[in-house]
Amino acid sequence: MAAMKLPAVDVVIVGSGWTGGIVAKELAPTGLKVVMFERGRPQDTVPDFAGPQAHDSLKYSRRLHMVQDLSQETITFRNSMDQVALPIRQHGFYWPGTNVGGSGAHWSGLTWRWSEWEHKMRSGTIAKYGAGIIPEDMNLQDWPISYDELEPYYDRFEKVCGISGKAGNIRGRKQPGGNPFEAPRRNEYPLPPMTPSHVMTLFDKATANLGYHPFPIPTANCSGDYVNPDGIALGQCHYCGHCTAFGCEANAKASPHFLMLPLARNNPNFQLRTNATVVKINLDSDGKRATGVTYVDARGREIEQPADLVVLGAFVTGNVHLMLHSGIDKPYDPKTNSGVIGRNYAFQGGGGARMLLDKDTYTNPFMGSGALGSWIDDVNGDNYDFAKAGYIGGGGISIGSNSGDPLTYHPTMPGQPRWGKGWKKAMVDAYHHVAGISHQGAVMSYRQNYFDLDPTYRDAFGRPLLRLTFDWQPNEQKLMTAHSAICQRIAEEITGRKEGGAGMPRSFGRFNSGFYQTTHNTGGVVFGDDPKTSALNKYCQSWDVPNLFVLGSCVFPQNAGRNPTGPVGALAFWAADAITKKYLKRPGALV
Amino acid sequence: MSEKPATDRRTLLKLAGFGVGMAATPFAAAQESHGGHAMPAPAAASTAGAAPSPGYIFLNPDEAAFVEAFVDTLIPQDEFTPKGTDLGVAIFVDRQLYSGWGNGDRMYLQGPFQEGTPEQGYQLKFTPNQLVRIGIADVNDQVRAAHGGNTFDTLEEGDRITLVTALEQAKVELPSVPTRAFFNTLFQLVMDGFFADPIYGGNRGKASWKMIGYPGVGEMYADKIAEWRNRPYRVDEPLSIQDMM
Repeated sequence: MAAMKLPAVDVVIVGSGWTGGIVAKELAPTGLKVVMFERGRPQDTVPDFAGPQAHDSLKYSRRLHMVQDLSQETITFRNSMDQVALPIRQHGFYWPGTNVGGSGAHWSGLTWRWSEWEHKMRSGTIAKYGAGIIPEDMNLQDWPISYDELEPYYDRFEKVCGISGKAGNIRGRKQPGGNPFEAPRRNEYPLPPMTPSHVMTLFDKATANLGYHPFPIPTANCSGDYVNPDGIALGQCHYCGHCTAFGCEANAKASPHFLMLPLARNNPNFQLRTNATVVKINLDSDGKRATGVTYVDARGREIEQPADLVVLGAFVTGNVHLMLHSGIDKPYDPKTNSGVIGRNYAFQGGGGARMLLDKDTYTNPFMGSGALGSWIDDVNGDNYDFAKAGYIGGGGISIGSNSGDPLTYHPTMPGQPRWGKGWKKAMVDAYHHVAGISHQGAVMSYRQNYFDLDPTYRDAFGRPLLRLTFDWQPNEQKLMTAHSAICQRIAEEITGRKEGGAGMPRSFGRFNSGFYQTTHNTGGVVFGDDPKTSALNKYCQSWDVPNLFVLGSCVFPQNAGRNPTGPVGALAFWAADAITKKYLKRPGALV
Repeated sequence: MSEKPATDRRTLLKLAGFGVGMAATPFAAAQESHGGHAMPAPAAASTAGAAPSPGYIFLNPDEAAFVEAFVDTLIPQDEFTPKGTDLGVAIFVDRQLYSGWGNGDRMYLQGPFQEGTPEQGYQLKFTPNQLVRIGIADVNDQVRAAHGGNTFDTLEEGDRITLVTALEQAKVELPSVPTRAFFNTLFQLVMDGFFADPIYGGNRGKASWKMIGYPGVGEMYADKIAEWRNRPYRVDEPLSIQDMM
């Protein structure tokens, strides 16, 4: 089928983001022939993120120039199986990255270790509450790897990125100022926390008054200059408020484009091909071995690249799409709850409250960074009583100083005009005095929330689009409602007014794909201990095609109430270790 | 009143991509290495806000008149800023409609097209500039019928406000495009023209930034966030991208 077939290489890596970058870097000492494919264009700190154009908010946060080109690839969406799925035509609920560095170049930088329970949601829940608490349609599954096994890799990822934070638990000893619910860590964070903004100090005081335990969010925005263990320098964050959807001109925001790719290039046999979209993983005749990939280059030519080992490091939707379109393993069937590719998709919940502070309180909203904020974990993970609450999963509640760029941030309070007379005064009154409390909620996986291939719509390469079927379920609706009320309560504690929260009215009815919420998608190619309910073993290696590894948050069996990049990075190091130390010595199934 | 810190040289150097943690580069060398894109002396800011080239590219005269009236209805002159057209917002709208974005260059525009549920987002076959063009014609047709041959731009201010309010609330049904999609697209464009960097032709003189007290895109706050906590940080002249070119 391919017009041109290239000489074989040892390893093909699909995607130049965090996971692909980490594997390429870890493979560099082997000297193997490695080809990495990036669908987007080349980009680097200099010249692409050089000032002052790096702060062009129309280009980056409105026109989303670091986000995937939907004219080439998109997904279709529907809430339930009885609907006809339709394409996401304009950027909607999530922003998958494109160009070198992928989403890792335009992220905000909140970098968590997931809690112990978040690595064993099923057994951890049953041990405390019994199996009866799990709804029948909830496909709750454990990770095949425990927090303790992953801890050294979390540690590595944090050191590579120069994560700035305060430990709450070092080897079992609680640390004042950190997250008291944190799982034990071997080390303090590489850098101290960032300088708190004023709204953070308000949140810290109010939540402590209410009996919660606030702490600074661990950030991949460096609180100071830092040289990582690989010898790469990161700069101190400028607090310029242009992180989310932007590249960082100071290399203060950890990104694979400067932390991984220069080291991958130490391998003379490493090659990065940009503007090259991998459209299919090729299999041998019995479908049990990947023979390489087919990609389309910038000129539209279809080219076959044979390889001994294939590593998928695309965004969640890209990985799932490639697996389904290439016919790897069995597609998931929601009617019988069998098959594995497309199974256990989950999104993330939102909610919050906005408040107007006193006129003599100044927030300076433009002083901030993507991840600068305070957080409480008291109602996250399994840090509260599921049986009493009536839901599973929890969520983090926080205040942030993300950006004050007026293009995207010119708030008015509810009930004020949006234009015309009186509007400008409402904005002037609000800009320096408004703050918001946010909830980021876990979402469990369900039989009816899944990916498959769309029967109607095709991408620019002629492939069927990936189809997403997803809706909020009662567990998550209850959680979002309860946590929005907590946000409101905190807002009232800050303003001292009963009505002070002026809560953001938010419907938690059907999930709406039409507006941006978060990029934290999970599942579709999950890892596990049972090939009947997982596509990958504990090393993120395909059960069915052992010379194929799949990385990223598509391997998480359900979503948590925190950002995914920490475990995404840790698992990439874990899988890279398995590849270099085990697989390359004896290629074949590792489990 | 608030104190007014000056943007210092270190701040400007950092913005040029020579922040701490990267190669320390003297100011002169930074200018060298950036060729024609050297960082300016702060005095250059005073020349900012020069009028963009006049005249419309995408909009025809009738459409331009509509957009100008729409812009000034959303952004009237008051004690805070001049009216939107005097800030270049109509020019901004025109240039954006003419751009790749206006032509839907990164949208998925393959059929079949069907309406979908409210949860399925934008499902029209129109690019943003088609949507705005058709919507303008639809609205003017309705105005002509209801107001004795007038178009939107010739209505009295009160009638314009009434009509825009009705469009915003989707109380007017348009024959060719959904009212909400048309209104939201044009509304967002006008807002973006008011707030975006002046390099795009709107927000002339950084009027909206000065109005709310945004110090611009040239500021760095690592050494200011603690010092200015709960105190209003203001500058006389916010720096835009255009100022620093």
